[in-house]
Amino acid sequence: MLRLTAGRMGSLMARRATVALTTSSARMASHGHEVSESVDMSKPMYSDRRESPLPDKPYKDVLTPADKSLKEKEKGPWGQLSNEEKLALYRISFCKTYPEMNQKSSEWKSVFGGMFFFLGLTGLLVIWQAAYVSPPLPRTFEPESKAKQLQRMLDMRVNPVEGFGAQWDYEKNQWK
Amino acid sequence: MFRAAVRLSFSGVRSLTRTQPGCQALLASRCYSHGKQETEEEFDARWVTYFNKSDIDAWELRKGMNTLIGYDLVPEPKIVEAALRACRRLNDLASAIRILEAVKDKAGPHKDIYPYLLQELKPTLEELGIPTPEELGIDKV
Repeated sequence: MLRLTAGRMGSLMARRATVALTTSSARMASHGHEVSESVDMSKPMYSDRRESPLPDKPYKDVLTPADKSLKEKEKGPWGQLSNEEKLALYRISFCKTYPEMNQKSSEWKSVFGGMFFFLGLTGLLVIWQAAYVSPPLPRTFEPESKAKQLQRMLDMRVNPVEGFGAQWDYEKNQWK
Repeated sequence: MFRAAVRLSFSGVRSLTRTQPGCQALLASRCYSHGKQETEEEFDARWVTYFNKSDIDAWELRKGMNTLIGYDLVPEPKIVEAALRACRRLNDLASAIRILEAVKDKAGPHKDIYPYLLQELKPTLEELGIPTPEELGIDKV
C-alpha cells in the first residue's frame, strides 16, 4: 500500500480508523501507539491546486448531522440557502479558497537565512582548519625561494616565444 | 474574445503559431501542418455539449472542469454556464462556486475578463441561486 507521512490531511482522523484496521495494525502492536499519521495514497486524495479546481474527493469525509442536513437542503433551490449556509457547503467540499491557496509565504526568507547561516558556519570551520589543522607551508612558498624559482625559469628560457620568457626583456634585464 | 486577450499576452505562446500556415485555430487545439483545425466555435460547442449531458455524473464534471482549466484560455461564458447547470443537476453548490473562482484565477493579470464573465452569467447565477465568491467574501484572504 502506498503511504505518506503527512500532517495536514483533513480526513486524517477518519482515515486513522481504516488505516489502523488495515495496514498499520502490525506497527501498532509493536509500539502500542501510532508512531506517525499516514495517508493511504492508493485512494483518491484531496488537494488544493490552482490548475485542478475540483479534486478527486471532498475535503470533509465525516459529516456532522448539521452538515448532513445542509447537504439535504442543497438538493432544493439554492436561493433558499443563506450566505452562511452556502459558505458552509463550500468549506465541507474544499479546504482552501483560491486566494488562500495562492497566498505568498515568507518561507524564502527562512531558506536564505538558513543557507547563509550554514555557509558562514562552514567558513568559520575552514578558517579554524587553516589555522590549526593544516601543516606549515613548504619552504618554497617564501619570497626568497620564489624569487630564485623565477630567476631559474628565466634562465632556462621558459616559453620564450609566446609565454613567460617572451615577457622578459633579456637585454635590459627587466619585464617588457 | 478571451483567447484574443490571451493570445496577445506574454504567456500566450500560441500566438506564435498564428504565423504558421495552416494553424488557423487556437489554443486548445493541436497544431498540425495537415488535417482539419478545430475552430473556436467548434471548441465551444464541444464543451457546451459535454457539460449539457443531462445525466452527467460527478466524475465527468470534475474531469471536464479540470481539463478545461488545464487549457491556455478562459472558457467562454456559455461553457461556464453549462458547467454551472451541470453542478445544479448534481446538487453541488460548492463546485459551482469553485468553478467561478477557477475561471477568475485563469484570467490571471487580465482583470477585465472576470467582470465580463460575471456580467454574462448574471441571469444564470440569479436563476440558480449561485453566489459569487465576492458575495461570500472569499475573494479576499
